[in-house]
Amino acid sequence: MTPPCLAIKNMTMAYGDFVIQRDLDFTINRGDIFIIMGGSGCGKSTLLMHLIGLQRPAKGQVFYGAESLWEADIDVRQRILNRTGVLFQSGALLSSMTLAENIALPISQHTKLGAMRIRQIVSYKLALVGLAGFEDYYPSEISGGMQKRAGLARAMALDPEILYFDEPSAGLDPISAKLLDDLIRSLRDNLGSTVVMVTHELASIFAIGTNSVFLDSETKTMIAQGSPKQLLAESIDPKVIRFLTRGEMEENGLHKTNSQEHSEL
Amino acid sequence: MITTYQACEIKIVQQEATLALALAGDWVLDADTPLLEPLLKQMLKDSSINRLVFSTDALGRWDSLLMTDLIRIIDRGAHEGIEVDLSTLPEGIQGLLSLVYAVPERLDAKRHDTKRPWLELIGDGAISAVHEVSSLLTFVGETVLSVGALVRGKARFRMIDLWINIQDCGPSAVPIITLISFLIGLILAFVGAIQLALFGAQIYIADMVGLGMTREMGGFMAAIIMSGRTGAAFAAQLGTMQVNSEIDALKTMGFKPMEFLVLPRMLALILVMPMLCLYADLMGIIGGSLVTVGFFDVSVLEYFDRTADAIHLKDLIVGFTKCSVFGVLIALSGCMRGMQCGRSASAVGKAATSAVVSCIVFIVIADSIMTLICNRLGV
Repeated sequence: MTPPCLAIKNMTMAYGDFVIQRDLDFTINRGDIFIIMGGSGCGKSTLLMHLIGLQRPAKGQVFYGAESLWEADIDVRQRILNRTGVLFQSGALLSSMTLAENIALPISQHTKLGAMRIRQIVSYKLALVGLAGFEDYYPSEISGGMQKRAGLARAMALDPEILYFDEPSAGLDPISAKLLDDLIRSLRDNLGSTVVMVTHELASIFAIGTNSVFLDSETKTMIAQGSPKQLLAESIDPKVIRFLTRGEMEENGLHKTNSQEHSEL
Repeated sequence: MITTYQACEIKIVQQEATLALALAGDWVLDADTPLLEPLLKQMLKDSSINRLVFSTDALGRWDSLLMTDLIRIIDRGAHEGIEVDLSTLPEGIQGLLSLVYAVPERLDAKRHDTKRPWLELIGDGAISAVHEVSSLLTFVGETVLSVGALVRGKARFRMIDLWINIQDCGPSAVPIITLISFLIGLILAFVGAIQLALFGAQIYIADMVGLGMTREMGGFMAAIIMSGRTGAAFAAQLGTMQVNSEIDALKTMGFKPMEFLVLPRMLALILVMPMLCLYADLMGIIGGSLVTVGFFDVSVLEYFDRTADAIHLKDLIVGFTKCSVFGVLIALSGCMRGMQCGRSASAVGKAATSAVVSCIVFIVIADSIMTLICNRLGV
């Protein structure tokens, strides 16, 4: 069996003395669309920061293949991170550069390709996310959904093995969100990359998630993992069920007892 | 981890009207690629070709590099009316290509930067200069209106904001004001003393430093420091609020940004500037005394006695008035650049820069005018 793409071993995340999550232990396999889910403020985005090298874990390890991200020295860490691409919540395009310059930036920094070739790659990446012809636009001149797709094009600039998404569908209308989901899935299928996604958009979670981990803010640790559909069908943890059904199951239950009470009266 | 790549190559075989392309090796970003130009030229020249097929049995890894070359071949094919058969390509490539061609290129979106005639550039410059002046006047007008509201007791802002701004502009600025004014006094004394000592008139250093600091340098230096320290901060604060839509939020809640944001900042600066000016004067005089007493054989008592004789109330008032005017100008240009800020990170930087530049320009112009007026009035 090949080693998992990404393994989180016994990790504790904390800001100073304030522990956010402890005892995180899970693996992400190649080709997964892995969902990190949980209620607001449970540390989903913080977990992502630990995976993409922006924040050091208080305890524990993050393994990319066989290499530990945080024990490696800075050059090795950068090399590992070059194999990943990140789409931030608001796109995080550099506002002083055009879309083409934004996407060309990592390519010209990390490869020795000529200007002509870079331009071709930029056009290809933009076409891939449905933005062909928008090379010379500034991020402020296009809509939020387009900014997000342009951010995705930049995240994919170096053909990463792992793509990270922070709330990709936040702020998008349902149709654009669905299109983005389809795009993510077809990119995963065609490029063979692994996708790690922080989201609490239930529609996306069930539509494209193949594996997931559920973080709980009260017990400060992960309380479930597995494919989202399977979790919904099999989990017995009330918190997980409440999250995956938007609390409606419980409300229905409550409603039922209420009506029973009424009928008894 | 070092991986060795198979060199990538492309073999072209022509069978009557069909061109067969055999792709081999690893087509990855670091690889040397075979040149496509001969193939593209052949497609262009040979009009008998009407079909293109691929074979990818020997194709190893591939990434964006192969994709960009395929896109060039397909585009050329479409242009020349050659049918390009994609069905033998790996599934992943086919999927990506269908994504690429799913949304047609927006031709109207593309921009061609045209070189504009110089006459047009000059005209544009003139128009934007007029626009600049009119927006400045608008801002000044709005400020006057909100000051009017303040006088009538109808301006709405939070008292705590005023106090916070006073703290920011005043006490927090004292260390840098101390340093700079002290050094200015020191330098003034040194420069003058060398000349005056030639005539044995060292005692007049006190006159020179005292008058120079109170009438001119104290307030001027305080204003320059505050335009860098506070003018830029105002522009950056308000600019960031603009970027985050905070100013829009205030408007929808029924607050006037001019009253809620600009007034407390302006009031704070106007209240604080004369005090900073007075403090800067004192520091400069102390700096001057240090040089005079230390190097030019004048006693401390003599120096301060002479200073007290030289400075009159009107000199202090002139310095005060100038400095208050500078305070208004700094607050005005800082807040104006902030409120006019665009909605991106780089716009905030531009706002802060142009705030400092316009602060300094306004200060120098105002100072010259006021000095001229004082001169004419004989005060």
